[in-house]
Amino acid sequence: MSASIDDPSVFAARAAVHGKQQLAVLLNTARVVLGAIAQRAVFVAAGLVLPALIVLLWWTAAEHRWVPEQLLPAPTLVWQTLRELWASGDLHAHLWFSASRVAWSLLIGGSVGLLLGFGMGLTHTLRAYLYPSFNVVAQFPVLGWVPLLIIFAGIDEALKISAISIAVVVPVTINTLKGIANIPRPLLEVARVYRFSLLQVLWRVVLPAAAPSLFTGLRQAVMQAWLSLVFVELLASSEGIGYLIVWGRQLSQPDLVVAGMVVVGAVGVLLDLALRWLESRLQGWRRGAF
Amino acid sequence: MSTTSSTTTCRIDLRGWVLPLTLLALWWALTAAGWVNTKLIVPPGNVLHVAATTLSDAAFWQGTLFSVTRDVSGFIVGALGGVALGSLLGASRWADRLIGPSFHTMRQISLFAWLPLLSTWFGYGELAKLVFISLSTLYPVALGAFEGVRGVTRAHLEVAKVYRFTRVQLLFRLILPAAAPQIATGLTLGLVCAWVATIGAEFLLANWGNGLGNIIIKGRSTFNVELIIVGMLAIGLVGTVLNRIAARLEAHALRRQGRRA
Repeated sequence: MSASIDDPSVFAARAAVHGKQQLAVLLNTARVVLGAIAQRAVFVAAGLVLPALIVLLWWTAAEHRWVPEQLLPAPTLVWQTLRELWASGDLHAHLWFSASRVAWSLLIGGSVGLLLGFGMGLTHTLRAYLYPSFNVVAQFPVLGWVPLLIIFAGIDEALKISAISIAVVVPVTINTLKGIANIPRPLLEVARVYRFSLLQVLWRVVLPAAAPSLFTGLRQAVMQAWLSLVFVELLASSEGIGYLIVWGRQLSQPDLVVAGMVVVGAVGVLLDLALRWLESRLQGWRRGAF
Repeated sequence: MSTTSSTTTCRIDLRGWVLPLTLLALWWALTAAGWVNTKLIVPPGNVLHVAATTLSDAAFWQGTLFSVTRDVSGFIVGALGGVALGSLLGASRWADRLIGPSFHTMRQISLFAWLPLLSTWFGYGELAKLVFISLSTLYPVALGAFEGVRGVTRAHLEVAKVYRFTRVQLLFRLILPAAAPQIATGLTLGLVCAWVATIGAEFLLANWGNGLGNIIIKGRSTFNVELIIVGMLAIGLVGTVLNRIAARLEAHALRRQGRRA
């Protein structure tokens, strides 16, 4: 057998067969990959059909003045308005105001929510004292708070940040609590067997086990914060994306209203993408752990 | 064992009352001693008094009735649309490919951003609010229906094919019953969203129409803190009652579904 391998002709024939096989595998892989790419392209194109049709209809309707201009601004006008807002720096300024409101509220509401969630999740006493009250308060829609907050906090920054923070606290607390309550008991018992310190239990058992739930809390919090932000800015504000929309409405400039909506939607899409990216990172880390 | 568990639940109940009672007592003591501006932090007694006069006022009940009617009608329209859209996207891959991306992108537009445009199109009257409430219901219901219909297994579909179900039978006897739990979840979520949208629309379009939200905003403009607090409680209570009714109906429907299957 070893002699046959040494034989150059056999070796060449084998190499040829091997090469052909490799080529076939390569071609097959290429076909599959290209096929997947083509399929993906078709799906993306299919997803773009409806928006393209709507924009076409919108454009035609505006062009032929089927609808009065005060009701439906031309898409070109909206685009122009967006570009002007961008060029003048107004858009940046309004976005910055809105973003900083959301960021502060996420920070404040998130910290309070985490504290409440961890506190009630880890100690039964605290839970017994706090949870019934929290549960009742959580039933009330955040919007209901706003008139009362206006009385106490005025209509300035404090109102926006307190209202959005309340909107953030509820989902963060509920999901943190759920995440901790659903930790399997055996995990904690193993930790006890290993004589983990409290910090070790928190860091190496509770946090990883509750992470998916914490993330759900974050996702809901961000979505709630964005929703409440637009509401509060529509109701009482002199800057921010919501204000841009109200302003356009008051000036009877529908192009400004639609431009504001486009910006709100774009930020929503970006937030969603960022959260998904974060979630996939998180899950990758979880898979790596086991 | 049963006695110990009953005593612990009893003790937990009592401990749950500590915080609200302390806050109430603090509130009462602060206002009674006059340490705070009673125009801003109103005495609890005044709130009770205003609550009593408000509850005996026909306008309040009328406003509440208007709000609930608005909420429920918007919810019904949105829920029907949501189940239809979600089932379509779930049952047909091509519908999902064609409409799905647009649907998921539109969903990212924060709900209240629609209100100014809707009021431009439909005026400040009932129609704009109804469309707005329907839209707010549509998204969660459609998502629930979509997930439910996607969850129908191929094996079930094959059984239905063996029985030669017609399309209508397929829809009403396989797909919708199988998707019922997720649709129910979507509907529950949709109801919460619809109530938030109702109150939000009434706040933002406060000068037009009369509902619970309008009453409260008017209380704010006259600095009537007692009325605002009563209104807040009313909003929370109505929302809770609606959710309770929905949960009852949901449990009832699912139980009947289970018995039939």
